[in-house]
Amino acid sequence: MTAVTAGTAGTTGAPGVSDTAAAAEQAAYEAVFDAAVAADERIEPRDWMPEAYRASLVRQIAQHAHSEIIGMQPEANWITRAPSLRRKAILMAKVQDEAGHGLYLYSAAETLGTSRDELLDKLHSGRQKYSSIFNYPTLTWADVGAIGWLVDGAAITNQVPLCRCSYGPYARAMVRVCKEESFHQRQGYEALLALSNGTEAQHAMAQDAVDRWWWPSLMMFGPPDDESTHTAQAMAWKIKRHSNDELRQRFVDIAVPQAEALGLTLPDPDIRWNEERGHYDFGPIDWAEFWDVLKGNGPCNDQRLSKRRQAHEDGAWVREAAAAYAEKHTGKHGEAQA
Amino acid sequence: MTGTTDTRAAAAALALGDDALVLSHRLGEWAGSAPVLEEEVALANIALDLLGQARVLLSLVGDEDELAYLREERAFRNSQLVEQPNGDFAHTIARQLYFSTYQRLLYGQLASGDGPFAGLAAKAVKEVAYHQDHAEHWTLRLGDGTAESHQRMQRACDALWRYTGELFQPVDGLDLDLPGLETAWLDSVTAVLGRATLTVPSGPRTGAWSAGAGRQGLHTESFGRMLAEMQHLHRSHPGATW
Repeated sequence: MTAVTAGTAGTTGAPGVSDTAAAAEQAAYEAVFDAAVAADERIEPRDWMPEAYRASLVRQIAQHAHSEIIGMQPEANWITRAPSLRRKAILMAKVQDEAGHGLYLYSAAETLGTSRDELLDKLHSGRQKYSSIFNYPTLTWADVGAIGWLVDGAAITNQVPLCRCSYGPYARAMVRVCKEESFHQRQGYEALLALSNGTEAQHAMAQDAVDRWWWPSLMMFGPPDDESTHTAQAMAWKIKRHSNDELRQRFVDIAVPQAEALGLTLPDPDIRWNEERGHYDFGPIDWAEFWDVLKGNGPCNDQRLSKRRQAHEDGAWVREAAAAYAEKHTGKHGEAQA
Repeated sequence: MTGTTDTRAAAAALALGDDALVLSHRLGEWAGSAPVLEEEVALANIALDLLGQARVLLSLVGDEDELAYLREERAFRNSQLVEQPNGDFAHTIARQLYFSTYQRLLYGQLASGDGPFAGLAAKAVKEVAYHQDHAEHWTLRLGDGTAESHQRMQRACDALWRYTGELFQPVDGLDLDLPGLETAWLDSVTAVLGRATLTVPSGPRTGAWSAGAGRQGLHTESFGRMLAEMQHLHRSHPGATW
């Protein structure tokens, strides 16, 4: 969509133009925006967009970017203990991808006029969230496999529809992210399969990890539809394409046969195929736990945020040095040209 | 190849492979703690290149996992430089500068020869050129950045200087022009430090404990702890596959 650009849309008209004219202009922009969304066209950074749409995207993209960088921690926890050089290389590459996803996503947020520094500041001060799943600990090597299979599997289910999101830069970032996430999911599944088919101790390690990660993974889709505050508007704007409960069901339907193929059980006695619905039924989710972790009472909330803040503070002198060096040398370059 | 040649080539592969394995591990310790997101990507990239080199080299000697996970500290043949703890970002960069400059020159010599490592070195030298470029750029930024970064970078260069002499000790199985390697290394490092407004350290580059010691299996205290962490899980499940 390029019919109306932000260069003209930000103003309310020349001095003297009546409020009525300004309101009419605003309505015209909104009509163009609404038509573009209705026609499944992409909204681009220079296009006019409602402030609430912009704010909603910044909130969602920032939360996604923060999840990528906080999400490095539970997996990086096992890099130095990876049990084979092949697994170590895969895990390092995966954690590196997450840093890369953080970079694309902060860049996507920058196209909406919000800097990375501003967003990091909001993360560090607790004003913006990251996915609650990363507030759970990685206690054994099998947790790396379970994160790949379940957490990345849930993330893909959430993110594939975002490749068709109405905001162009976010949709394009998601295309790249999803390609890499599907590799992550496969490596997690394959790591768990090796454990499940391994020694008795390895099998037990895999089962224990799945038992701990299953329910938190289902919570990743967010609260049930009737309690989700953002879903309706996000779907109207085509930022989001499916409701939380639809996506959760889709994930369960994929995961149940995969668990069987892995030779592992899921910790829910109510899981069974429902012929009538054409879906797997599953037991009730403990939403009290979800809200409690979200409020900051999960096992690792403090640890994750403290580590992130510490890394940022420890790196301050490095970032200052890089900025000082750049300034000195562009300065010199400028003088040389003058 | 005769038996003797095989043994000599294996000894050399172990020395080069252990350097890459150990430095890769140290760089992997940075994951999640780098000063800026771009450096998360860069440090992981270097660590992955080195791990790839290590896997090829160790596989020339035997089973890569047995060698990495089941040898005792005294059987490792890496130089002491690469096992030094990460310290602050300046120490990591000084270690990268010293090592990548050495490794680029070393692989350059090996690539131009016809020994058993020529093919591997020709491929690795391209990766290492990036590692050196990365280290040099950060040496410039930190040395010629703020007063604090200058002081930290100088301290790091000074602290690691005494581990650099070992790099130019003969390695069994490698036919190298060692005086040429050392001169080129000193020229390159001196030039970068000068451009970064840093002073070339004046202390000795070898000592009673560090003259070729890592290559003989004599390491520093922190190395044992690093191996304990690296090997613990693998050793806890004897015979398991992962």
